[in-house]
Amino acid sequence: MAATATTASERQLWEILAKVPDPEIPVLSIVDLGIVRHVRREADGRLHIGLTPTYSGCPATALIRQMVRAALDAGGYADAILEEVLAPPWSSDWLTPGGRDKLRAFGIAPPGQAVASPRRLWQPEAVSCPRCGSRSTQRVSEFGSTPCKAHYRCTTCGEPFDYFKCL
Amino acid sequence: MPAGSGERDPAQDEAHFRYVLRLGDTSLVLAQRLSEWIGHAPALEEDLGLANLALDLLGQARLLLTYAGELEGRGRDEDALAFLRDAPDFVNLALAEQPNGDFGQTIVRQWLIDTWQLEMYTALSASADTRLAAIAAKALRETRYHHRFSSGWLMRLGDGTPESQRRAQRALDDLWRFTAELFAPDETDERMSRAGIAPQLPELAARWSARVDEDLRAATLRRPPDQPYPWHGKRGEHTEHLGHMLPAMQHLQRTYPGVRW
Repeated sequence: MAATATTASERQLWEILAKVPDPEIPVLSIVDLGIVRHVRREADGRLHIGLTPTYSGCPATALIRQMVRAALDAGGYADAILEEVLAPPWSSDWLTPGGRDKLRAFGIAPPGQAVASPRRLWQPEAVSCPRCGSRSTQRVSEFGSTPCKAHYRCTTCGEPFDYFKCL
Repeated sequence: MPAGSGERDPAQDEAHFRYVLRLGDTSLVLAQRLSEWIGHAPALEEDLGLANLALDLLGQARLLLTYAGELEGRGRDEDALAFLRDAPDFVNLALAEQPNGDFGQTIVRQWLIDTWQLEMYTALSASADTRLAAIAAKALRETRYHHRFSSGWLMRLGDGTPESQRRAQRALDDLWRFTAELFAPDETDERMSRAGIAPQLPELAARWSARVDEDLRAATLRRPPDQPYPWHGKRGEHTEHLGHMLPAMQHLQRTYPGVRW
């Protein structure tokens, strides 16, 4: 049946996409990161994949597109259409629970709950050390090696670590 | 012509293009200025911070300039708009092109533009132009971080040592004359407001002013007197500084047109 066949190819596409790593945090797949917005067959009969950028200027965006294209070609979906989705804007809340665990295991503190209030940014963020779990941590730098991270230090175990910022 | 009449109005299309181009140019020019700090900031953390702000602004500029090029419909993409125009064709706010000066000057310039962008992007998130609304909603989240950074430094400098206070106040006194342009509507702004694409600038000005006063109080800095004469960067009338900045930004594409790597 056509409907079942469509569902199967959509599912297969999700599986292909779940193997495409984020180039800057390779323990996360682009599905873990929440940047794959949709996979669906549209009226033109072709499969459409919607990708959204994390930060407007994230240099990985173009590379991710190329990697997805290569994975689709290799997986037999060369005619699938990649489209950019801007609205609603990506939020760190879209990281999957599995993605958060992978981040922590990799040594990056996962983001807290994002709240759409500028004032909220002024309240201290409770960031736990991904190594020893201590809540006694300090922000060293608001900005880190990539747009999505800030730099922290644990005052219990003394280790520096990255924090994946709320957005 | 009333919005939604279905017929194309060339003057309206031109205003739409120019409006989006102004937003894009302001982000692009400020991104270029901030990137001039890379390797020169007073501490590694601030070097990273300024570079990250530049990167966000550059990303916003790319989205806006790509869209402006499509609205114009003459085949110019983001690169053509960024690299192949001369200073009089740039329509950024004159504030954005002011030189970096010392760290205090850069922070005050950044904070003034961050507070303006917070209001603009909040309002534009509800624009009748859904593409512009999507770009604004995305940029707004990034701008909140920029404002936290710049207003945090404004407080540390203003409420810091006598020297940092003196420099921050001097930067504020020097740059304040460029703020009249932020909320001085011209025909393009008014056309876009009538079409529901852009906010009413006087309404925005009141909210901006309240936020600015709050931050200045916390930073123990004095708000300079308003000056009635607005600069007109968004009409292409620039200070001399933009003309000196563009050669560095455009050198590669001007020297090797169409080069790719």
